[in-house]
Amino acid sequence: MTTAAEAPTRPDHVRQSERGEPVTFLEAIREGIWEEMERDESVFILGEDIGAYGGAFKVTEGMLDRFGEMRVIDTPISEIGFTGAAAGAAHMGQRPIVEMQFIDFISCAYDMITNYVATSRYRQAGGLPMVIRGPSGGGVRGGPFHSQNPEAAFFHTPGLKIVYPSTARDAKGLIKSAIRDDDPVLFFEHKWLYRRPQLREVLPSEDYTVPIGKARTHREGKDLTIVTYAAMVHKCQEAADLLEKEDGLDVEIIDLRTILPLDEQAILESVKKTNRLLVVHEDTRTGGIAGEIMARINEKAFEYLDAPPLRVTAIDAPVPYSPPLEDYFLPQADDVVKAARYLAGY
Amino acid sequence: MASRPRAAPASIPHDLSRDDLLEIYRHLRRTRTLEEKLANLFRQSKIVGGLFRSLGQEGESVATAYALDRRTDGTGDMLSPLIRNLGSMLVMGATPTEVLRQYMAKGDSPTKGKELNIHFACYQRGFIGQISPLGDLVPVMAGVTLTFKQRGERRVGMVYLGDGATSTGAFHEGINFAAVQRCPLVVIIENNHYAYSTPTSKQTAAANFVDKADGYGVHGEQVDGNDVLAVYGAARRAVDRARTGEGTSLIEVLTYRRKGHAEHDAQPYQSKEEIARWESTNDPLDRYVATLFANEWATDEELTAIAEEVDEELDRAVEEAEGAPMPEPLEALDDVYADARVTAPWTRREPPDPRG
Ligand SMILES: Cc1ncc(C[n+]2csc(CCOP(=O)(O)OP(=O)(O)O)c2C)c(N)n1
Ligand SMILES: [Mg+2]
Repeated sequence: MTTAAEAPTRPDHVRQSERGEPVTFLEAIREGIWEEMERDESVFILGEDIGAYGGAFKVTEGMLDRFGEMRVIDTPISEIGFTGAAAGAAHMGQRPIVEMQFIDFISCAYDMITNYVATSRYRQAGGLPMVIRGPSGGGVRGGPFHSQNPEAAFFHTPGLKIVYPSTARDAKGLIKSAIRDDDPVLFFEHKWLYRRPQLREVLPSEDYTVPIGKARTHREGKDLTIVTYAAMVHKCQEAADLLEKEDGLDVEIIDLRTILPLDEQAILESVKKTNRLLVVHEDTRTGGIAGEIMARINEKAFEYLDAPPLRVTAIDAPVPYSPPLEDYFLPQADDVVKAARYLAGY
Repeated sequence: MASRPRAAPASIPHDLSRDDLLEIYRHLRRTRTLEEKLANLFRQSKIVGGLFRSLGQEGESVATAYALDRRTDGTGDMLSPLIRNLGSMLVMGATPTEVLRQYMAKGDSPTKGKELNIHFACYQRGFIGQISPLGDLVPVMAGVTLTFKQRGERRVGMVYLGDGATSTGAFHEGINFAAVQRCPLVVIIENNHYAYSTPTSKQTAAANFVDKADGYGVHGEQVDGNDVLAVYGAARRAVDRARTGEGTSLIEVLTYRRKGHAEHDAQPYQSKEEIARWESTNDPLDRYVATLFANEWATDEELTAIAEEVDEELDRAVEEAEGAPMPEPLEALDDVYADARVTAPWTRREPPDPRG
């Protein structure tokens, strides 16, 4: 560990929070990783084009200069190779962070993650403290292979944790928790949020974390609960504002932040208060996270419901590229409004 | 220009005719000019998403594909391009208007607005578009060519991948499978020195990509990728071997990516001098034209006429593509399965009936 006295000064682009200046979602993640790498020498990062180039989205900008080639490793295009290598390093007590250039390519490493990494602790081969992170999500005309939300594929894999934040504050606090966690964490970064000016915020200047496994009440309300995460939090906010104005509906929005493990308590409490549940996610519908949430509500809060739980999701198709198709594919604020009105009027 | 006496024209190499040489020139020109028009459209924000250029690599794209049997009735050879093989696609008969419609995400594009750029397929003309996950088409093309073998068809497959994509597991497994099965497959490794920002030294510790051929037990050749006729020669030999039952080949073409990974990439990791050197001394079109002239295989007038025809063809294509309609939103539900549309979430239709 480096002591404060010998720590080299940070370059300007990672000193915004220190100076009380607002940061974007992307900058928050960069600061979080940077601070953890300063704090703990066992943390290192590997992935494609992350060194001098600073990554496809520039999350790792400046890290090579500061932390050197042994801790900021440009890899060959070998997702299964560098994910496996990260697992090996984690066995040896390192805390690797794997960057997928686009999260869509995580599927190349599916075997390594689900068969090897996720089962390691259970097999008594040792827990694997490692983070696999990368840009996810649609709305940027990226087509079928640069827009995916692959959380459901891993949601079904015991042994993994899955984090998918929606605000700069949570992104920074959660990436730090993910790095410090003793189990493998998949950390999805919705690329539509990366540089959105609306998401810029001033973060605490001192070290802070946000706990994994805890949801956050994004908006308090009493008439209806919307459970959602990632970019959809902002779409739901838009819908809630409109519903308040036009219908006088008081919508509560629960931002899950962590998908695995689910914060069942937070969902239950909210639903028991509002008696109506809408689950919204950008991922496709069949086999999506919403089904699990609705099942748990069915098991544990059936008596409290005044209306059947509903979900708003993408359609069951690959992510299409052309704007009219992608706009139809993705859940829109309008869909949320329509569903909320249906529930309220039930 | 004063004319001076010259020796009789050298004989044209390989099995090419003078018409072939002009045809190759036409494809080179089409590739370069089409990309210039795409770049213009990109600047006007008429391209949806990214634009990927092959400037400086057109020679190897065109010359490799030109070695294939390019019938358009579904019985010829099959090719799978990489993002920078616009030239190969045009040689196989993909049309500029198809490519333009793809890049503009039009409803009547070959993928109906569902996929990007040159990621599209046509079995009749013999191409299967790649997908973004790199290397995936190597095993797929191993399977395509396995089928040729199973059916006793004398057809050949050609698949392209970059220096970077050779690092994928899919490449390794695919070429190994093809090698063991002696599939009639030609694997073209385009060594353009970079994978996005990553130089080849961080991609492989082998001195040459062609060295990998020995490890897989396949025929290997390395060729100057900006020497159009040399590339054609290497591709011709590999295609002939494949067709006569001698199995899989790996060809490493040495070239250079003069543009960034995509139009948004300012390519700070490539030195200006390096790019300028390739441009001024090692441009595949310049070199090809010089060869044509030096051997008196073509005249200035002929090439100028071709360039003008190409320009007209492409202007028409741009106009057509610009006028094409965008897809209808509901089409997002089509073609997930053969038998029916997938169901739209109820919010796009009638509310569900919980008692229904
Ligand atoms: C499996 C996978 N990982 C990462 C990427 C992201 N990516 C797209 S192109 C590229 C570089 C490709 O380099 P190369 O194979 O040399 O082809 P070139 O672009 O030079 O033609 C990368 C890393 C991808 N498409 N697929
Ligand atoms: Mg390359």
